[in-house]
Parts: sequence; structure tokens; C-alpha cells
Amino acid sequence: MSPDLRDLYQEVVIDHSKKPRNFRKPEGANRSAEGMNPLCGDEMTVYLKLAGDVIEDIGFQGAGCAISKASASLMTAAVKSKTRTEAESLFERVHSMLTEGPGGKVDPEELGKLAVLSGVWEFPARVKCASLAWHTLRSALDGGGAKVSTE
Amino acid sequence: MSVRPLRAVGQVAKGTVDVERVRKDFPILHQEVHGKPLVYLDNAATAQKPRAVIDAISRYYLDDNANVHRGVHLLSERATAAYEGAREKVQRFIHAAHAHEIVFVRGTTEAINLVAQTYGRSRIAGGDEILVTVMEHHSNIVPWQILCEEKGATLRVAPMDDEGQLLLGEFERLIGPHTRLVALGHVSNALGTVHPVREIVEMAHRRGVPVLLDGAQAVPHLAIDVQEIGCDFYAFSGHKLFGPTGIGVLYGRSALLEEMPPWQGGGDMISSVSFEKTTYNKLPHKFEAGTPDVAGAIGLGAAIDYVSGVGLSAIAAYEDELLGYATEALRTVPGLRLVGTAKEKASVLSFLLGDVHPHDVGTVLDRQGIAIRTGHHCAQPLMRRLGVAATARASVAFYNRREDVDALLAGLHKVREVFA
Repeated sequence: MSPDLRDLYQEVVIDHSKKPRNFRKPEGANRSAEGMNPLCGDEMTVYLKLAGDVIEDIGFQGAGCAISKASASLMTAAVKSKTRTEAESLFERVHSMLTEGPGGKVDPEELGKLAVLSGVWEFPARVKCASLAWHTLRSALDGGGAKVSTE
Repeated sequence: MSVRPLRAVGQVAKGTVDVERVRKDFPILHQEVHGKPLVYLDNAATAQKPRAVIDAISRYYLDDNANVHRGVHLLSERATAAYEGAREKVQRFIHAAHAHEIVFVRGTTEAINLVAQTYGRSRIAGGDEILVTVMEHHSNIVPWQILCEEKGATLRVAPMDDEGQLLLGEFERLIGPHTRLVALGHVSNALGTVHPVREIVEMAHRRGVPVLLDGAQAVPHLAIDVQEIGCDFYAFSGHKLFGPTGIGVLYGRSALLEEMPPWQGGGDMISSVSFEKTTYNKLPHKFEAGTPDVAGAIGLGAAIDYVSGVGLSAIAAYEDELLGYATEALRTVPGLRLVGTAKEKASVLSFLLGDVHPHDVGTVLDRQGIAIRTGHHCAQPLMRRLGVAATARASVAFYNRREDVDALLAGLHKVREVFA
């Protein structure tokens, strides 16, 4: 495989896309939001069990490409038991990593497992796939409402 | 679609496509993307342009540019002659009875919207029905939905079988006493199915219902004779026919176009204007308000000349053979499922590869220089009918070769490797 493809489809990404973590509606979920990527028709629902300001549990369901599923899976693992503010700040940094690449203001190393998505910036058409789950999470934190769109 | 060996280059008989010679006419094909030779298999989205088209547009801007239909000076006369000459080329190309039945528009989408907003708005009333098929592109669904909503009319949908073929018995039953228009694609953009449009037109006409055909995917691959088909409207885009973007055609039968109210108002579409009364220009100018895309029309005319030079029947035969070769090739890929296996097909191979999402297929192929389309192909109702979110779609043109199919095959094996 060419090096850039290997950057995009790292083993961890393939693993998360095939065996997504938290691929369920958590018991006691009290917030949810739907997100879609109109370009491909992919749809995703993110469920939250919010206790005060803390994400006590999180899950997602839906269909999507390897990148969107892996990103959603990694996100759920990363934000569980984080506060709302921490989750939002993490999204900011993930977004920088996805759009700015190695020259950007975020060092992927500090993002832990989420760093496996650092190759996405080389594939501009796929940035939306990687950020769909995060946009949907933000909408769920804001109370759901209208379906969010990557467009 | 039978698989027969291609003749070697140099032994190409008259009436077939000399693909190596043809490829030399398309400058864009001779480049590398991501360090690999470009394999362009996204022709159903847009086709590449031969040098003759690019040159015709340049020449117009270099030598002849002026506004049409009004100048007394030489450049305006030349521009007008070239613009109206392009209209006559379109007329001959689709075998329309008159040049004034050819209306230049931006593309297929605008052509369909024009019919919906003029013919539709003046003829459709509450309780009426418009019949489309489950295979339509969004551009042949949404304009009718907008019209139906405004008028209190109903959009009916003709079904298909699992191969992607229309169920003609059902189709006929759906043409009822309230049906005012039948609108369908000639060739499905997502599946490649070629519909029996002549039979369908006869079916509709027996009940006095006019038929609009969306020919966007048909004109690059099949010889079109609108009089033989008998349709009332035929719409297509220049850019899928190796011409420029921004130009397209609405063909309408004279009698219908005459009765239709104008759509957009402005210059060129009037005979005289006063604040008391404005009279409209004759066909086709009644439907061409404002300065038209003169360069686009000239480019389209050049594309028609080019395609006619290669020969539509030769193109159809060559592509049919190539599609047959590609179909057999793709069937050898483990886990690959062809979506759309109608008996009569043109250009398109839609498929799914195991549980790999089409976008991931597209990305891996792109890095090997292979351009295909992935997604819902602006046909979400069809995707729902098929029970899939998206497909990968390769679509061939007459400048594609067996080597391109072989590259696609190797690319798909690479996809399987990545997602093993």
C-alpha cells in the first residue's frame, strides 16, 4: 500500500471501523442528535447520558464509511467521563488536526488514540467523514433538535 | 453484452472506434495523478473535452466574440451565425424536425425546470398526476415536487425489478385519467439501464399524455432520433457530451413550445415592450431571455461535430463491447456485487465491494489514479429502493480502453487488501 493510504487507513482505523466501540444506544441516554453527510447520504445518531456536565455514557449508531465509523468509535472512547467543556475543547483540537495537518497548531501526540486520524488531512474529501461524529456530538450536547449536516 | 476480442490497433475497420487515435484528441487524459497514469472512469458525472471543443471556444473568444441577435457589425453577425449554427447542429444530431424546437439552456436540470415552470404551471391543476420512475435523478424529481406542491397535484412513481428494469405493466397501469405528464430518464445515471422509451411514449400517447425524456446519460452513448422516439420533450447537458459546462438543450415539439408561456423575462425573448403590453419573441428565442452562453453553444456544436465524426453507432458498439468486458472482469472480484444488471445497459457499472463503504473504495482507487464516482448519485429514492446508502460507479466513454478496466480490476484487488 502506498504510504499516504497507510496513513489514512491505519490498522487502528480499520479495526475501529470493523468493530466500532460503543456502537449502541446506552441505557439511560437522555440526549441524542442525528447527523448526516448529504454528499454521501451517510447518517449517524449519537446518544449521550449526561449527568450534570459530565458525559457519563455515550454511544452511536448508523451507517458510514470506514473513516466516519472509526472516528465516531474513537470519539466515544475519548469523551466518555469527560465534561462538556473538555469534549468541546477536544473537538477544536481534533478539527485542527484534521484540517491543518502536521504544520498546524495541534500536535497529534497530545490527542492520544485520536492521533490515528492525523492522516486524514491529506485527503480533503474525507475530512467531513471524520468530523461528522463530532458535529453530531456537539448538537447532542446542545440538546439535539435539527439534524446537523456537514454541508 | 458479449465479450469479443478487440481488434488490434491498425486493423480497425470502418465503423469501429480507433481508441488510440481518439485518445490523442483528449489532452487531459495524458497526465499522472498521485504519480499514476490517469484512468478516467467518471464519465457519467462529466465527460472530458476533445481539443476541437477547447479550440472552438478559444477561437470564438479570440476572433468572433460579440453579442448575438442585435448587432449590425461584422463580429455580431459572425457570433450570431455561429450560435444559430450550433442550434442547427443540435437539431440534426437529435433529428428534430425544426431548429426552432431547440432551446439552449444551462443544462438538463434547467431544461426540466423550464418545462415544469411553463408547461407544468399552465397545464397542471389540483388532482392531476405526474408520473416519474423510481430510478430518476433528483433533477427529474424535485422540479415536479415543487410543481405538485404548488398545484395540489400528485407525483406517482413507476417501480422497477431487482435488476433495475422498469415494470412496464405497472407503468402502464399508473398512466391514469389524471396523468398529465410522464417524465423519465432515457438511461439511468446510477444503474445504466436503457429504458424502452419508444414503447413508453406509445403507451403514454395512447392515453393522450405527453412524455419528457431526461437524455443526459443517453446522448453520449446512443444515436438519438426524437421524432422516431416520438417524445414531446427531450433534455440533455453539453458537458456529458464532451462539450463545455453551462450549456444544455431542451427539445420540445413546436406545437407544445408555441402554447407554453415564457419562463424568464428579459432581453431577446420579446418582440416589443411597452408598459402597457409586451409581446414575446418567436421560438426558440421566447425561452432564451438575456445574453445566452454563446461560447458554450459553439463548444457544444464542436462536440457534436466531433462525436458525429467518430460515429454514434460505432461508439455504441465499441462501448457495449467494453462494458461487457468490464462486467465480466468485475464479476471475478470476490465479494463484488453489481448493482443494476438490466439486459439493456449503457456505460455504467454500479457496484458494492463486500462491506467496504463506496467512499473508501473511491479513495483507495483515486490514489491509484483511477477516478470513479461514489455516493448516492443524486438518486436517493433509488438507493432506498435498492436498500443501500451508496454505490461505487465506474462509467466508460469511447476513449476508455480494456487497459482502463484492467487497472480498475487491479485497483479493486488493492481495496480488498487494504480492508482485508
